[in-house]
Amino acid sequence: MSRVLVGVKRVIDYAVKIRVKPDQSGVVTDGVKHSMNPFCEIAVEEAVKLKEKKFIKEVVAVSCGPSQVTETIRTALAMGCDRGIHVEVSGKDYEAMGPLQISKIFAALAKKEEASLVILGKQAIDDDCNQTGQMTAALLDWPQGTFASEVTIDGETVKVVREIDGGLETIKISMPAVLTADLRLNTPRYATLPNIMKAKKKKIANMKPADLGVDMVSRVEVLRVDEPPTRLAGVKVETVDDLVAKLKANGTI
Amino acid sequence: MGLMIAVVNVSIIDIVYRSQKPCLSWLLGWLSMSQIHTIGIVPLSLSPHLSPSLSLSALGLCGCRSLSSLAELPEMHQMMRQTSRDYADRELAPIAGKLDKEHLFPARQVRELGAMGVMAVEVPEALGGAGMDYLAYSLAVEEISRGCGSTGCVVSVNNSLYIGPILKFGTPEQKDQWITPFTNGEKVGCFALSEPDNGSDAGAASTLARQEGEEWVLNGTKAWISNCWDASATVVFATTDKSLKHKGISAFLVPMPHPGLSLGKKEDKLGIRATSTANLILEDCRIPLGNMLGPRGSGFKIAMQTLDGGRIGIASQALGIAQAALDCAVDYAHKRTAFGAPIGKLQAVQFKLADMAVAVESARLLTWKAAMLKDAKKTFTKEAAMAKLSASEAATFCGHQSIQVLGGMGYVTDMPAERHYRDARITEIYEGTSEIQRLVIAGQLLKEYVP
Repeated sequence: MSRVLVGVKRVIDYAVKIRVKPDQSGVVTDGVKHSMNPFCEIAVEEAVKLKEKKFIKEVVAVSCGPSQVTETIRTALAMGCDRGIHVEVSGKDYEAMGPLQISKIFAALAKKEEASLVILGKQAIDDDCNQTGQMTAALLDWPQGTFASEVTIDGETVKVVREIDGGLETIKISMPAVLTADLRLNTPRYATLPNIMKAKKKKIANMKPADLGVDMVSRVEVLRVDEPPTRLAGVKVETVDDLVAKLKANGTI
Repeated sequence: MGLMIAVVNVSIIDIVYRSQKPCLSWLLGWLSMSQIHTIGIVPLSLSPHLSPSLSLSALGLCGCRSLSSLAELPEMHQMMRQTSRDYADRELAPIAGKLDKEHLFPARQVRELGAMGVMAVEVPEALGGAGMDYLAYSLAVEEISRGCGSTGCVVSVNNSLYIGPILKFGTPEQKDQWITPFTNGEKVGCFALSEPDNGSDAGAASTLARQEGEEWVLNGTKAWISNCWDASATVVFATTDKSLKHKGISAFLVPMPHPGLSLGKKEDKLGIRATSTANLILEDCRIPLGNMLGPRGSGFKIAMQTLDGGRIGIASQALGIAQAALDCAVDYAHKRTAFGAPIGKLQAVQFKLADMAVAVESARLLTWKAAMLKDAKKTFTKEAAMAKLSASEAATFCGHQSIQVLGGMGYVTDMPAERHYRDARITEIYEGTSEIQRLVIAGQLLKEYVP
């Protein structure tokens, strides 16, 4: 009875211009358009594809956060997931929430739901941590196939082609395992209208981190958030010698 | 004498009363203090007496849409709108210029939209459609049109003009044969009412249909038929009994291609160039008796009712084009600098953008209201006409002003403003010209106010 857990994160939409809050404690999120993290979309698509190819029976979409994240779970349901789990985290806990807390939640859920695979996006576009998948695998003591650009299930093992700096690496890992999706794994489908209708009827279970025995205490404290320095105008030079001279002059070389 | 009250959300109060004026001011005070939330009102056709009356059943208890939905759409509709917008942004907007320049029918995109359910939004799932309501359809057409006005036209014609009448007036066999294959984007249909000698004057249809044994034989010419070169079937209106004038017109279903049916040359249009528009020529075109749609002589009624719904579709298309023009202008206002600052800082430009935004938003609310009334199975003729009129005029206004904001850049094909200007123009003409809409609205108003 193969079940897959897919993590979906609600993040500020990629097209939005990010603004830092005046008190420098974070970025402005009020009234700003949010959507599913693009790498999570790819993860959902892969899970639904595996289900369509009949390698797995059930796909469960999981998200952690306040009530608004149910929109993201519904989008995952509209893409083809069977049911959702909303782990309620709000207020200070939500602001301090990071990969460590999330991976603890996912590890607990993976055991509780008896999942054979946990598929996550490789990173979120808001914090760019690229840690949750790896931490989840470590907590569960499961093998991990990260930066996956191709996933093939073969019986009780998974062949993962990983995108690494040097090119592509192919590994074979046994299930249960944690996979994280990279950009070229697939092209996420558009939610079709009939599926949006069906998503309305699918269940989203509600629970708190405490129900899973997870404490949300963070060991990380955000001190300050700054905008990146404004880009200064460049200088054009005519020859390579000029370039070298200028670089020497401003101390770069 | 009872008092009917409906309170909408926070501090917006609408009160309707059936009896003579009660102590209104006291009531208003009490209501605003208690801040009663809720359900909204669905405007019904006005009663001819003292003031509008409202029945309890309309107070949202039967699931009718409420005014609060106009402020924020239900979750499913939001999701539906988002998925259509994503598709339009990623798949249609990048190619819209090319489709327009090369007059290309977006066959692949129509198939993909079909797979998403957008080509048959209102059709029940059992027949292969998405099983959603007209509001959802309106949202889909608006978002698709925002990406590409031509594709919005294809979606609208297939949904409202072709599938619409068959869904409403067809027999179960006709629905299976003529709707189901047209739900997934593989096939599209068209609607043949206008003729070279009568567009607005639809009652004077000169295309004739005579019965010969087990067949109908159609003869005549239809003009301005959108989609026809890419369609696989059409709903045709022909006169079966000339003496009955407009009550002698009947509707027929004809497959395409078909012996006796030929197409004229593709019109070279100002806008929506990715759709084909041409004459449909019927010369002894023979179809089985079972291809008549609805009862004999009900063709005019079918056409008018179909166009009522089609108006909401075209209003939505116009909204999409208007919104695209507005988006283009606002974006440019941020980026273009003149007199030492972005032109968005200049009042002259700001006033234009504000006027455009008001035009679009008010037309949008009228369109949503018409769609909601249709979904609630209330009469919506007046509202649909108002929606189409305001949306199409908003589209031409926004198209015009968008070019003005862009200045010289608005006049060249490098920017989409000129395409929106050209695409918008047809929305004031087809499916009932702006003049006809005014007649429809006036007609409804006069009916309501019987002295």
